[in-house]
Amino acid sequence: MDSAFIPKGVKRCSFGTFSLGMLVLTAIVFWGFYAAILCWLKGLNQTNMNDSYGFALWIWADLAVIAIGGGAFFTGLLRYVIGLDELKNIINFAVIVGFCCYCSAMLILAIDIGQPLRGWFIFWHANVHSMLTEVAFCLSLYLSVLAIEYIPILLENRKIDEVPFFHNLGHTMHGAMAVFAATGAFLSCFHQGSLGGVTGVLFGRPFGYREGIFVWPWTFFLYTWSAAACGPCFTMLTCKITEKISGKKLVKDNVYDLLGKISGWMIGTYMVAKIADTLYWAYVTSPSLGFAVMDYYNAHPLHHGIWILILEIVICGVLPAMILISRKGRANATLFTLATILAVIGVCLNRWVMVMTPMAMPVMTFDSWVSYFPSWQEVATTILPLAGGIMIVSLSFRYLPVFPQEQELNPVD
Amino acid sequence: MFPFIFEWVWDSGHYIFFGAMWYVICILTVGLTYCLVKTVKDTLAGDNDHH
Repeated sequence: MDSAFIPKGVKRCSFGTFSLGMLVLTAIVFWGFYAAILCWLKGLNQTNMNDSYGFALWIWADLAVIAIGGGAFFTGLLRYVIGLDELKNIINFAVIVGFCCYCSAMLILAIDIGQPLRGWFIFWHANVHSMLTEVAFCLSLYLSVLAIEYIPILLENRKIDEVPFFHNLGHTMHGAMAVFAATGAFLSCFHQGSLGGVTGVLFGRPFGYREGIFVWPWTFFLYTWSAAACGPCFTMLTCKITEKISGKKLVKDNVYDLLGKISGWMIGTYMVAKIADTLYWAYVTSPSLGFAVMDYYNAHPLHHGIWILILEIVICGVLPAMILISRKGRANATLFTLATILAVIGVCLNRWVMVMTPMAMPVMTFDSWVSYFPSWQEVATTILPLAGGIMIVSLSFRYLPVFPQEQELNPVD
Repeated sequence: MFPFIFEWVWDSGHYIFFGAMWYVICILTVGLTYCLVKTVKDTLAGDNDHH
């Protein structure tokens, strides 16, 4: 039925099967939008956020998708600015995944700010002393960059490409992509960092507070580094999932090997910095503010104790770095996938810990831990962009030539 | 965002924040304009064979 729109020389599932999948995703999206409308019409009383959890599920989801969406800017930087030509075989997919992640972040923010009709105030009446203002500027502009990077991929659709103007526009935009990619990398470095800076400057919240250089706490640099390290892992992981679902090899192993190796070294160096930062914070910064390290972990209502730190740093940090740095680790497909999963969990866990604990941890003698469990509206609106992202990736994979090596790896008789 | 808005102050914070923001907006606008102009030129010249 839609075969005229499917790229030449590739095979896709039947239109019926595809529509069925889309129908399920559309139902989830509608459920999410219903919850979002409730939040917009009735206000944030639809959530279970409270004074201790003003930064709750939404902000964690926001920071997590921004971190794992970092694959787009870092892969773009490697491909267009540093000139690693092999990555041209995965860059389209990285851009699409990044675009979905940043759309998700903006959508969640649009619900989270409570009064979306005043969303433009952050630009018009900007508070130039706030890290979040920088985040808002860079996030909006970077989403524009990702949209610009997505346009030439869209224009490669078989039917659109038949129109000479669109054909030429796609080609010209490809030629100018280095400029957009470099701008995107500049914006990403700053908004990823500023998200870390938000927690790092909170001197009244000793779990998150860090020293640093000039106005930038160490968390500024750690957030940027971790996004550049773990973002490509999410790109590779989603690529592997697409391969599994479509039953095809879409990217050659040498591409995974190169990106995996770079990610491995990035995670490894990030881990060295993260461990040094944690030790300095544990033995110098935190005691100077009146808290012993175990104060943060022992009384936590989730009873995870110090294990959450071990999980984040050792199991989801050092381990994937070792696998991806080692040639044998990268050559083993199961270990490779495991490493990408662990790296993604690690960065999401880092954002969870750095968002939730600093705000919720009692710092006054009369304070105590308060529990929090998200309402169904919060859960639905968090799942909404996930389903939307899967829809965009599925539609792009079906109708656009996303993977340049697909034809060669899967010849159609 | 603009000097005519009442909170605007001519200080380093505003220079850095808005300088960077307008700089990026200019790069994106110039980049997109270049792409559109070149595309129109190529299309009018009948140059469609790029692959």
